[in-house]
Amino acid sequence: MPYTKRQDGRAFDETREIEAKVGVIKRADGSAYFRIGKTVAYAAVYGPRDLYPKFLQNPTEGVLRCNYNMMPFSGSGERVRPGANRRAKEISLVTEKALTPVVDLKQFPNAVVDVFIELPQTDAGSRCAGICAASMALADAGITMKDLVGAVSVGRVDDKIVVDLDYSEESYEGGPVADIPTAYIPTMDKFSLLQMDGRISKEQLTEALEMAKKACTRIVEEQRKALKAKFDIDVSNEGGDSDGQ
Amino acid sequence: MDSEARQHVIDCINTGIRLDGRKTTEYRTPIKVETGVTKNAEGSAKVTIGETEVIAGVKMMIDKPYPDKPDEGTIMVGAELLPLSNPDFELGPPGIQAIELARVVDRGIRESGAIDGKKLCIKEGEMVWIISVDICTINDAGNLFDASSLAAIAAIKDAVFPEHKDGVIDYKNLTDKKLPVSKTPLSVTVHKVGPHLIVDPTTEEEAVSDARLTVAVTEDGEICAMQKGGNEPLSTEDISNMIDLAKEKIEELRALLG
Amino acid sequence: MGELKLENKSIVVPGEEIATGMDYIPGSGTYRLGEGIRANRLGLLSVTGRAVKVIPLSGKYIPKKGDLIICRVIDILMTGWRLDTNSAYSAVLPLRDATTEFIQKGADLTKWFKIGDYLSAKIVNVTSQFLVDITTKGPGLRKLEGGRIIKVNPSKVPRIIGKQGSMVSLIKEQTGCRIVVGQNGLIWLQGDPKDELIAVETIRKIERESHIQGLTDRVKAFLEEKKKEMTGE
Repeated sequence: MPYTKRQDGRAFDETREIEAKVGVIKRADGSAYFRIGKTVAYAAVYGPRDLYPKFLQNPTEGVLRCNYNMMPFSGSGERVRPGANRRAKEISLVTEKALTPVVDLKQFPNAVVDVFIELPQTDAGSRCAGICAASMALADAGITMKDLVGAVSVGRVDDKIVVDLDYSEESYEGGPVADIPTAYIPTMDKFSLLQMDGRISKEQLTEALEMAKKACTRIVEEQRKALKAKFDIDVSNEGGDSDGQ
Repeated sequence: MDSEARQHVIDCINTGIRLDGRKTTEYRTPIKVETGVTKNAEGSAKVTIGETEVIAGVKMMIDKPYPDKPDEGTIMVGAELLPLSNPDFELGPPGIQAIELARVVDRGIRESGAIDGKKLCIKEGEMVWIISVDICTINDAGNLFDASSLAAIAAIKDAVFPEHKDGVIDYKNLTDKKLPVSKTPLSVTVHKVGPHLIVDPTTEEEAVSDARLTVAVTEDGEICAMQKGGNEPLSTEDISNMIDLAKEKIEELRALLG
Repeated sequence: MGELKLENKSIVVPGEEIATGMDYIPGSGTYRLGEGIRANRLGLLSVTGRAVKVIPLSGKYIPKKGDLIICRVIDILMTGWRLDTNSAYSAVLPLRDATTEFIQKGADLTKWFKIGDYLSAKIVNVTSQFLVDITTKGPGLRKLEGGRIIKVNPSKVPRIIGKQGSMVSLIKEQTGCRIVVGQNGLIWLQGDPKDELIAVETIRKIERESHIQGLTDRVKAFLEEKKKEMTGE
């Protein structure tokens, strides 16, 4: 049975609904909230700050350190045991690699920029949502960055190439599935995250990556809007000020 | 520790206002309790007190009962002081602060008899419900104790059982059967700074607090759990005044739970 | 022909295209990509003639020689004090730069400054690896006694100080508070608790609205209103 229609009625190149906010965690130097469908990610940035233990320090530039964590009640099945497991550690690593190409920490030798990503609710695509939240939080923290990073999964469900697979598609049983989380940097036209599990032909992969570029570029647009919205505040109580937009 | 900062807090209170302009017995605003905030939990709540924000979520499991209580299920509270919420919180297993927080919230709920363990029994000696309540801090701007206990009880009251068959849970399908909650304990923490008693401290005030007392009270006005913290000892008069103040504030919080 | 893609004073975000062509010159907070100019940080676009730069609206403090900062004693060394500077790097205050008094070898240094004390200090030197030396010898440099410390984003400090100190003078006049603003984003205030509170609220307002034009007028109106409220009650 070919995959003719997505369960939630989306077009094949359409992502789930996106909501993006910046400055949601007041204690942090930068923070963001990113929701795509039912997957929700918070990210907080602390730093540049002192890095301990000292042997981790890099005397030529600052270090970016990411941590991905699912809250115990965030999964669709049983409670997730708190603390780092192998999956979370690997995702933390690829998140770091996805963001490193845009981040410039040369001004901060020996220091660290910590990015903490927390997921209160997940439904597929959580590492990509985490990267999107982290990208905005880093910008909010005033970190020097060449660009924002958009992330989304693409893939194949039976004979169709689709963007932003949800849980029902990841676990589709009517045909072969491939799930490809990607992160894309628009100004460089390059991918900084690429993973895959499943089966796919090279032609299908090429098609999927093109779809990923378009979707990530749109996601970066959403990130930009959210960052700008933080400064769009109302000072009207005194009147007489021209606020432009 | 920081004697000058402590003195400044006291001096300000002497003139009738705290550093942020509040009265000693005033909570920050807004205080918000929002339930059903995370769809994968069987129950959840987000509590905001001023800029402090915590989420609590309930997950349920089916397991064998303890041999000494073959017809009783259990409820457990965990807390994570996420490094996302405060620059001083670190990654890794829960430290003593998180453990104390979890245990204080746990005791308030357990000792009030909020949930009758017997009602969590599915099949005596074989299958009971295990209820996990996890508290995660999003932003720590002080008073995680009160925010957490409020979030925990709100999440518990929000929770419904999932469908299950032969001991296997179908988390995708929730029933409309609520957790059997017979009491609603709430807790308020009163801090002593010099001669003054204050509620709902900011992190600045927490840093200079001499002692604190967390008091959990049920809707019948019965005290069901307490925890004294801080380095300074308390007199019976202090304790009595702190309990009176806690009880007064608890009634205000109760109105928010609805 | 080069073309500016955004209006002066608009908020820009990393990667955003500011100008096309080679006519404009990329300054701080921007970089050249192909023939265009992009932002490499979040901030306020500033165009002067053909020079474009991005004025930061967030970010941590980076120690700079000559800055007046407020810092906190975190350790006592053989040769002086170590201080937290509200940045990724701590500073050292050597004995000879602490006071004009003669300090005997082996003296109890807590007589001058103890752990937890806040000092207003000047940065004497910063190395490429951010070893930071400070001094408390000089006019206005001292231990800050009493009062309170608040934190603001260091990028907002220039607006809080104002042109030739006009903004902070205005707050001092209207509230009667003593105020020291550190370039590193720490501010010390001391006054009557109610006045302190007004000063803090005013500073928060500046921090929030610094990127929107007409700030000084709004701050003036705000302070007057607050004073009225206080005397009215």
